Amino acid sequence: MPSLLSQNLPALQVVLPLVAAPLCLFLRLPRLAWLFALAVSGAAFAVSIALIVLVQQNGAFSYDMGGWAAPWGIEYVIDPLDSVMLCLVTGIATLVLMYAGPSVEAEIPRRQIPVFYVLFLLCLTGLLGMVATGDVFNLFVFLEISSLSTYALVAMGRDPRAQTSAYRYLILGSLGATFYVIGIGLLYMMTGTLNMEDLARRIPEVAETRTISVAIAFLAVGLALKLALFPLHKWLPGAYTHAPSVVTAFLAATATKVAIYVLVRIFFTVLGPIEAFQTLPATVSETQLVGVLAILAMMSGSAVAVFQYNLKRLFAYSSIAQVGYMMLGISMVSVTGMTGGLVHMVNHAMMKGTVFMALGAVILRVGSPDIRRLDGVGYRMPVTMAAFVLAAFSLIGVPGTVGFISKLYLVRGAIEGGHWIMVAAVLASSLLAVIYVWRVLEVAYFRSRPAGAAPVREAPLVMLAPMWVLALANVYFGLETTYTVGLTEAAADYILNYVPGEGPTWEHPLFEDPHGHGDGHGTGHGAGHAPEQDAHAPGVDP
Amino acid sequence: MRLHSILRTMTKLLMPPIMLFGLYVQFHGDYGPGGGFQAGVIFAVAFILFTLIFGPTRARQVAPEWVTTPMCAIGVLLYAGVGVATMLLGGEYLNYNVLAHDPHHGQHMGILLVELGVGLTVWAVMVTIFLNFVERHDHAALDPGDGAEDGHV
Repeated sequence: MPSLLSQNLPALQVVLPLVAAPLCLFLRLPRLAWLFALAVSGAAFAVSIALIVLVQQNGAFSYDMGGWAAPWGIEYVIDPLDSVMLCLVTGIATLVLMYAGPSVEAEIPRRQIPVFYVLFLLCLTGLLGMVATGDVFNLFVFLEISSLSTYALVAMGRDPRAQTSAYRYLILGSLGATFYVIGIGLLYMMTGTLNMEDLARRIPEVAETRTISVAIAFLAVGLALKLALFPLHKWLPGAYTHAPSVVTAFLAATATKVAIYVLVRIFFTVLGPIEAFQTLPATVSETQLVGVLAILAMMSGSAVAVFQYNLKRLFAYSSIAQVGYMMLGISMVSVTGMTGGLVHMVNHAMMKGTVFMALGAVILRVGSPDIRRLDGVGYRMPVTMAAFVLAAFSLIGVPGTVGFISKLYLVRGAIEGGHWIMVAAVLASSLLAVIYVWRVLEVAYFRSRPAGAAPVREAPLVMLAPMWVLALANVYFGLETTYTVGLTEAAADYILNYVPGEGPTWEHPLFEDPHGHGDGHGTGHGAGHAPEQDAHAPGVDP
Repeated sequence: MRLHSILRTMTKLLMPPIMLFGLYVQFHGDYGPGGGFQAGVIFAVAFILFTLIFGPTRARQVAPEWVTTPMCAIGVLLYAGVGVATMLLGGEYLNYNVLAHDPHHGQHMGILLVELGVGLTVWAVMVTIFLNFVERHDHAALDPGDGAEDGHV
């Protein structure tokens, strides 16, 4: 049994929430559905920890879905970057679900609560599948699973505007997904394969064709839309503002991160050998288009955030700026820069997870995230707002918090590459962050609570506990960076030096014996499947 | 609708062949073009046609909500369950070879079960979406009821 388990870990990672989602529909009691979803995401988190350990011991490895060998069948690949992302997504999902109980009961009609958890688990399935898979079309399928469930989750918000926001998100998100699928369709047209590693191996032969250039353009625009890069970010503020608090916390901490992961995966491994990212149009003095857009995102996102009254919208605009930081690091195409971008992905999940959890608690008790109604909230809900303050300092980048670590690496990367504009942009955007965070702190701590206001209780313990775990993670990982920086540095190194086929993982077993696998069921009794088990054993069960 | 005897008769005549064709596509999927998705849609077409002609109340008698909603989940569970079964039997997820002693039979059984799961879910989801839209319109327009509508269209 233990070997059976460890052998199937990559599949289990995705299958656990996939099986749990329909089961959740049969749990009529809201509390039962909640506890079940929590247990499942906890199990998925355990699986992702096991995968991290496996990858650290043995390096990247792959898993053949359905026993079909890789370039033909769908392959799941777990490499250092994947294992970090899986751990991030499942960890945040577990904390958010722990927090979800009271908040969901307050914001979602009782009859719809089991459906809410079904959608949440489906969204988790999609995000995990996107990270785990090694097949570009399978990635599209999971992208759609996560996106479609996200649209429905956003539409469940109490505010009627949630539905228009969800609709806008649906249209723009579908555009992004369609562009992505057109891109991989064009790649498939030229190479005849959908497997990522196989694509990376075959693309250099056809790199100079116009079809591939068009494919790169479609992929870049489609994914930029999905990850809300600056001019394509208009779906994000509405969706984050009007979604139920739990959904906002989960989406802000994971969904755009996974989209960024997909961009990195496509541009640095699948298209890595032809350096597609490096040849995207260069605009300002050696700075790539993506770098320029990232700078614009950082400045405009932070600047718009300064003028918002709805706190959820304020931090949604701040998220657009933070996506800019991540893309800035990635656009430097150096190990330090990429480490900065990737570590900010992890760190930002901690910050925004805490911030939106705290806002969810405020909404639960005060009823509104409007800054004009939150006078003195720091004294009315001291525990919640203290967690918020920690995360907000982290967002600014105060030394001793994770925000400082990511900005340190970003600035170091920019100086190493001689990108002085980027250094200035990081600093300027941080100053803007000071302004919008200060506005909240001023209202929360420097004003007394209005005389006629109803007394407000502190949020329940099951919401405070995960919030504080994440808030303390902001400090812990700000001081002890072995895990976050260590893992992301390994991932950045792996992804930038990716060479297809030379990975320590697998060979094409079918090239030697074309009838061994594909026609496996024609060969009769034991012969058909016994060699298959041997062929995969080295990869899966080390 | 009581007056439109041609429409009603034709619908009743067409429904069995549509459903039969759906089943054919379902179970022929592993030999030729077709499979669970197409079969589910075709099977749902029979229900949609029935709803168009006889109204949502009578359609809900044939496909009540307590059947269609769980069916959405049961199909997915069947699909995913086959995969879990293959993992428990020692193969990879959805490696049908291990389902029977002969890998050939295993593949056959696996694909049939999985496609059945797809068919069930697609049928249930199509019917659910369609009926939800139809019933929503009824609620919005505050019609006296479907029975009355049946009489004067």
